Amino acid sequence: MNRSFHKSQTLRFYDCGAVEVKSKFGAEFRRFSLDRHKPGKFEDFYKLVLHTHHISSAEVTIGYADVHGDLLPINNDDNFSKAVSSASPLLRVFIQKREEADHYGFGAGTLRKKKALVAPRDEGPRRRAQLRIGLPRDFRPVSSIIDVDVLPETHRRVRLYRHGCEKPLGFYIRDGASVRVTPQGLEKAPGIFISRMVPGGLAESTGLLAVNDEVLEVNGIEVAGKTLDQVTDMMIANSHNLIITVKPANQRNNVVRAGRAPGGPGPSSDSAASAPGRPPPRVLQNFHPDEAESDDEADIVLEGALEPRAPRAQPAPPGPSRPNGAGLAPRLQRELALGGPGRGSSGSIHRLLSALRPDPRHSLVLPPGGVEEHGPAVTL
Amino acid sequence: MRRFLRSGPDPARERLKRDLFQFNKTVEHGFPHQPSALGFSPSLRILAIGTRSGAIKLYGAPGVEFMGLHQENNAVVQIHFLPGQCQLVTLLDDNSLHLWSLKVKGGVSELQEDESFTLRGPPGAAPSATQVTVALPHSSRELLYLGTESGSVFAVQLPAFRVLEDRAISSDAVLQRLPEEARHRRVFEMVEALQEHPRDPSKVLIGYSRGLLVIWDLQGGRVLAHFLSSQQLENVCWQRDGRLIVSCHSDGSYCQWPVSGDTPHPEPLTSSVPYGPFPCKAITKIFWLTTKKGLPFTIFQGGMPRASYGDRHCVSVAHDGQQTAFDFTSRIIDFAVLAEADPAAAFDDPYALVVLAEEELVVIDLRTAGWPLVPPPYLSSLHCSAITCSHHVSNIPLKLWERIVAAGGRQHTRVSPMEWPIDGGTSFAPPPPQRDLLLTGHEDGSVRFWDASGVCLQLLYKLSTVRVFLTDSDPSENLSAQGEEEWPPLRKVGSFDPYSDDPRLGIQKIFLCKYSGYLAVAGTAGQVLVLELNDEEAEHAVEQVEADLLQDQEGYRWKGHERLSARPGPVRFEPGFQPFVLVQCQPPAVVTSLALHSEWRLVAFGTSHGFGLFDHQQRRQVFVKCTLHPSDQLALEGPLSRVKSLKKSLRQSFRRMRRSRVPSQKQRPGGLPGEGPKAAQAGLRDMELAPVQRKIEARTAEDSFTGFVRTLYFADTYLRDSSRHCPSLWAGTNGGTVYGFSLRVPPAEHRMDEPVRAEQAKEIQLMHRAPVVGIVVLDGHSVPLPEPLEVAHDLSKSPDMQGSHQLLVVSEEQFKVFTLPKVSAKLKLKLTALEGSRVRRVSVAHFGSCRAEDYGEHHLAVLTNLGDIQVVSLPLLKPQVRYSCIRQEDVSGIASCVFTKYGQGFYLISPSEFERFSLSTKWLVEPRCLVALAEPKNHRHPHNGGRPEKASHRARNSGSQSDGEEVLKEIQSTLEGGQGSCGDWHSRRMAMGYGLSNGEAE
Repeated sequence: MNRSFHKSQTLRFYDCGAVEVKSKFGAEFRRFSLDRHKPGKFEDFYKLVLHTHHISSAEVTIGYADVHGDLLPINNDDNFSKAVSSASPLLRVFIQKREEADHYGFGAGTLRKKKALVAPRDEGPRRRAQLRIGLPRDFRPVSSIIDVDVLPETHRRVRLYRHGCEKPLGFYIRDGASVRVTPQGLEKAPGIFISRMVPGGLAESTGLLAVNDEVLEVNGIEVAGKTLDQVTDMMIANSHNLIITVKPANQRNNVVRAGRAPGGPGPSSDSAASAPGRPPPRVLQNFHPDEAESDDEADIVLEGALEPRAPRAQPAPPGPSRPNGAGLAPRLQRELALGGPGRGSSGSIHRLLSALRPDPRHSLVLPPGGVEEHGPAVTL
Repeated sequence: MRRFLRSGPDPARERLKRDLFQFNKTVEHGFPHQPSALGFSPSLRILAIGTRSGAIKLYGAPGVEFMGLHQENNAVVQIHFLPGQCQLVTLLDDNSLHLWSLKVKGGVSELQEDESFTLRGPPGAAPSATQVTVALPHSSRELLYLGTESGSVFAVQLPAFRVLEDRAISSDAVLQRLPEEARHRRVFEMVEALQEHPRDPSKVLIGYSRGLLVIWDLQGGRVLAHFLSSQQLENVCWQRDGRLIVSCHSDGSYCQWPVSGDTPHPEPLTSSVPYGPFPCKAITKIFWLTTKKGLPFTIFQGGMPRASYGDRHCVSVAHDGQQTAFDFTSRIIDFAVLAEADPAAAFDDPYALVVLAEEELVVIDLRTAGWPLVPPPYLSSLHCSAITCSHHVSNIPLKLWERIVAAGGRQHTRVSPMEWPIDGGTSFAPPPPQRDLLLTGHEDGSVRFWDASGVCLQLLYKLSTVRVFLTDSDPSENLSAQGEEEWPPLRKVGSFDPYSDDPRLGIQKIFLCKYSGYLAVAGTAGQVLVLELNDEEAEHAVEQVEADLLQDQEGYRWKGHERLSARPGPVRFEPGFQPFVLVQCQPPAVVTSLALHSEWRLVAFGTSHGFGLFDHQQRRQVFVKCTLHPSDQLALEGPLSRVKSLKKSLRQSFRRMRRSRVPSQKQRPGGLPGEGPKAAQAGLRDMELAPVQRKIEARTAEDSFTGFVRTLYFADTYLRDSSRHCPSLWAGTNGGTVYGFSLRVPPAEHRMDEPVRAEQAKEIQLMHRAPVVGIVVLDGHSVPLPEPLEVAHDLSKSPDMQGSHQLLVVSEEQFKVFTLPKVSAKLKLKLTALEGSRVRRVSVAHFGSCRAEDYGEHHLAVLTNLGDIQVVSLPLLKPQVRYSCIRQEDVSGIASCVFTKYGQGFYLISPSEFERFSLSTKWLVEPRCLVALAEPKNHRHPHNGGRPEKASHRARNSGSQSDGEEVLKEIQSTLEGGQGSCGDWHSRRMAMGYGLSNGEAE
C-alpha cells in the first residue's frame, strides 16, 4: 500500500521561508503561502481561511495533515505555529463546517482509515471548569477502551496506539494462576498476567492497564492454552496496534454499562460497529481483519536503481469504502491519492536518492519526525 | 465483500487437499539413542535392540525394520527371541516381562505387544526373590525359565505368562540334592546363568553367582552334575555337543569343565586368565564355538588388565593362535555371534560377530582373514562427531550419484566382502522413487553424504575439510602409533569420535549443486570452501581469499575466536570433493547463510556482520556488504560477550529449579483424588513459584543482531524493469531487511575476461522487523524459479519470463508477496500475530497428487517454533494443513529439521537419530516388510554350515536375475518414466532381484 507522501517535494522548498498551504473546503481547493518562521496568529489565519474560501457565516473547524498522515486540529496559536513549522513542505489544511465535523473526531489514522475512530469522550474526569481543555477529539488518542457494549463488565478491551512516538509500550507479562468459576465450583487455571509496568511507558501512561491484570485476548485472539512465549510473540507481532482484553485486578473502576456517561459516544460508537448483524461477543467490534491489514505499517522500500526513471507511485487500491462518504476522511483520501502521483519531479527523487546513497547503511535511519514506525511507505 | 467470500471451505479444494497432503512419521534413521539390550534370532536372522527409553527396534535385511515402544518407558534390560517363533520377550528394569510378536496383517508384518507380566512371589517375600536376573526361553516353545536374585528359577508358561509352581527350581531343592561336600559353602546367591542343553531339552545348566554350576534334570527334578569354581561366576557357555561347559569369572579367567556321566565333580579341565598375570577385570560373557576345521573360536567380553587397560571396552576373539582384542569407542552393551542356526548341525562355524556398543553397532567378519568389519546398511552412527547442520538434495542425477559412490568406495578399503549377514525378512517397500542425498555437517569439520533414498540411511562418502587447515593434531600421528607388536593385541574399531580437535572446524552450512558437482561448505570460523568433485587424487594449493565484512569500520574489536590458519602450499586430496578456494570472513564469525549458483559460478555467504559474493571462476571477490547496525555492539564483539548472558541465564534457571523442587517434594505424600487436576495444580504451583516474565516491546532498529544474515538467494528475475531480467542476489537479515543486488555476469565466452559486477537495486525494510528466514522468486505462473542448471539439464520447465515475477519474503512472523520489479506489497499472511507461533524453517516443496499422476502443486512447507508443520499455499498464501510434529520443548529437534523438495523431511530425535516424516501422499518412504518363519526344510541346508548355503542361495539369485534382466530393464524404464536416469541403479536392482528369487523359492 503505497500511499505517497511526497517527500520528493521536500527538497523543492526546503530552503525557502515560505510554506505552501493547500486548503480544502468541500470540493474546493485554495492555495496560498505563509511565512514559515512568522506564521502569525491563529485568529488571522482563521480569517484568512474564511476569506479565501468565501465562507461567510458558518462556524468551521480547521485541521491539517501531519507527517504521520493524521488529521490534527488548528484551533489556537500554538498548534497553528506547530502546523506551519512542521509542514514538510506542503501544509494541507482541511476545513469543515462545525456541524459536519462533529461526526469525525481528529485523531490517529483518520486520514488513512475508512472508519473514524471513536475517541472515548468520557475518558478521564473533567475536574476544573475554569481550565480550558480542548475537546477530546482535538487530541491524538494514545489508548482507548473499546467494545464496552459487547464485553462482560468485568473485562476491559484496551487499544494502545503507537503513533511513531518514541515511548516504549513498556510492560511485562508473566504466567500465573487465575481462578475461574465453573459448574464444579472455583477452579484454578493457568493464565497470563501483566507483571510489571515500565515507568513512563505507554502502557502505564494510559492508566488502563495495571499490574496483575489478567490478559484474556490479544487482538481478539484468546490466549487460553497458549504459552507465555506464544503470547509474548503475539503481542510483539501486533505491537503497532495492540488490543489487549484484560480482566483488571482492580474491578472497582469498571464501566457500568447501564450508566454510560451521557453525551458519550452514542451514534458514532455504533456507527463503528458497521459489521453486518450483531457480531459474536468474542469478535473485536472496532477492529476487523481487513482493517488490520490496511492499518498495518507498510514496509519501507528503497529502490536503488541509478538510471533515471519516472516515479511510479501508484495510488492506493481503493479499499472497501464506506457508503457514507459524507465524511472528511474518505474524501481526503481520494484527494490525496489523486493529488499524489505524477506531481513529483524525477530530478528531486534523484537528489533525495543521492542524499541517501553515500552511506547506504544509514539509508534507513530516517530524519527524526520523518516517516518512521507508523508512517506510510516511502516509495521513491 | 471479500471477507464473506473467503469464509467457508471450498469442498473441491478440501478434496484436493486430501489427495495432496498427508502426514506420517515413517521411519527412524540412524543409531538408537542409549541402547540397553541386544537380541538376535538365528532362525529369523533378525536383530533386536532395546533402549533405555523403552523402545525396541528390530532389523533384518536392509529395509526390514520394526519399532515398538513399551508403555512404561523403562529401560529394556534383556531381549530373548523365542526359539522358532516370530516372538520375543523383553525384560525391563522395572522387572516386567513383555511378549512381542510379529503378526502378518495385509501381507506386511507388524510388531505388537501381546502380553506383559511381572513375577510375583508369595506374600511377604523379599523383592529380590522375584527380581529376574536371567531368562531362558525353552526350546519347547512353551516355557520361559526365569532366574532370580534369590537363587530360585521360576517356570512361566507362554504365551499367557502363567506361573507353573510345580516346575520352579528353588535353591533349597537344589541344595538338598547336592552331595554333602558341595553344601558347605554359601554357594547360592543369585542366578547368573541359565542355559538349556544344546541337544537334550530336559537338561538345563544353572549358574549361581558364587561359582556353583549345576546341571538340572527338568523331568527327574535332580542334580545331574555340579561344578564348583573358586571365583565369582559371570556367565557360561555350553559347547554345541553338550560335552563341555565354559564358564567365565569376575577375576578375568575362564574355565572349561568336561561334562560326562561318570565323574560327578570334576576339577576344571583348564583354567586360564587370557590377559594375566596381573589382575584383570571380569570376563562378563563368553562364547566357545566349534568349527569344522577343528580349532574353536573363543569370543569373550572384558578380561582386560585392570591397571593399564581397565578403561577399554573390548571384545576379544581367539582362534587358531590368533587373538585380537577389538577396542570399541564406547561401552559395550552386549554382543552376539552369528553361527550355524540349525541346532542339529555338528559345528557352530561362526561367521560374524555383532557388537552393540553404546554409540554404534559393529559387525566383524569372522570368515575372512584379518577379521575385517562389515559396513552396516543401517544403524549408522550419525553422530560420530556431533551433527551441526544438514542439507538435503532431492533427485540426484545418476552420474553424480555414481561418482560419489565411487569416491566413497575408495574410502572403505579394509572392509569385508561379506554380504550383510543379518538378512531376515523380506522388504516389499517399493523401490525409492529417486536418489536423494542427505548431507550432514559435523563438529569435526567433516561432511557425510548419506543415501537417503530409501528406508536405510547409508553412508556413501565422507568429506573432511580438516586437511585445508593447520590444526594441533597432525593426522599422520595416529597412523604411526599402530603396527607394533603389543599385548593385549588391541585393535580400534568403530567410528564414534565425539571429540573435536578444534571447534572452529565445525560445519555450519552446506550447499551442493547436484548438476555440476560443485559443493560449498562453510564453518564456525567464517571459512567458506568451494569444492569440486574430482574422480582422481590430486595435489594442489587451495586459493585463499579474505573477505572483510566490516569494510574498514573503525573502532570495533572482535573478541571471538581467531580465524583458522590455512595450510600453506599444495595439499594432497583423495578422490572426491576437493577444495579449490577458501574464503575467510573477517571477523571470523560463524557463517550463517550460504548460497551457490553453479551456472554463474558464484558463491554468496553471510555472517552476523554482513554478506559477500565471490566469483569462484575468476577467484575474485565481487563485493561485500556490511549489514551491521552501528549500535549493535554485541554482534561486533563476537560470541565471547554472549558467554556472560549464558552464565546469567544458567544461574537463573538453576535458581528456578531449586525453588520449584522444594515444595514439590513436600507435596508428594498428598491425597489421591483425581490425577488430572492434581497434575495441573502441580504445574500451576510451579508457575507461581517461578515467575518468569517477558518484556512486551516492539522491535527497533537498535536491537541486537539485526545485521545477522539469515538467508541468501540467487534468482534470475526482473529487478530493475519489467522488460529485462538479470541475475540477482537477495539477502535477508535478522532485523527484517531484504537487500536485492542486480548482478552482471559476463557471457560464457568472456567469463574469464570481464569481471562480475553487482550493484544494490533494492532495500526493503519490513516494518515488523522480524528475522527474514526465506526468500523465493515466483515466475509469471507463480511457480518458484527452478534451481540453477535445472533447465539446462531438461529437468524442469523453463520459468515463465513473460509475466510479472513476484518476490516472496518469509519472516519469522509473516509471509509476504511483493510485486517485481516495482516492489510493492501484494499479499501477506500473518502467523505470529494470529497464532503466536514463529517460522523456524521454510522450504518450497512440490506436492504430487496420489490420484492424478501428473498433477502437482508447489507450496511452502513450514516448521514453527511450536513444532507444528504447516503447508502454506503459493502464491495465495493460504494455510492448507497443519500437523503437530515435534514437541515444542525439543529445541534441537526443531532446529535440525530439513525439508526435501518433495514434501518429506528429517529432524533429529536424539543426537544419533533422524526421524523421517512425509507431508506428501505420493512420496512416502516407509518400511513395508514381511517376516515369516523360515520353512525348516528350506533352511536346513544340504551342506555343513550356514554360509555355503547362503552363498548358493545368492548364486541362484544372480542366475534368476540375469534371466529376468530384460523384464527388469523394462520395468525400470517404465518406473523412471523418462527421468533421464535409466540405468542400473545398484540397490534397486538388488531389491528387485530379491523379490524375484523369493517368488521362485515358494
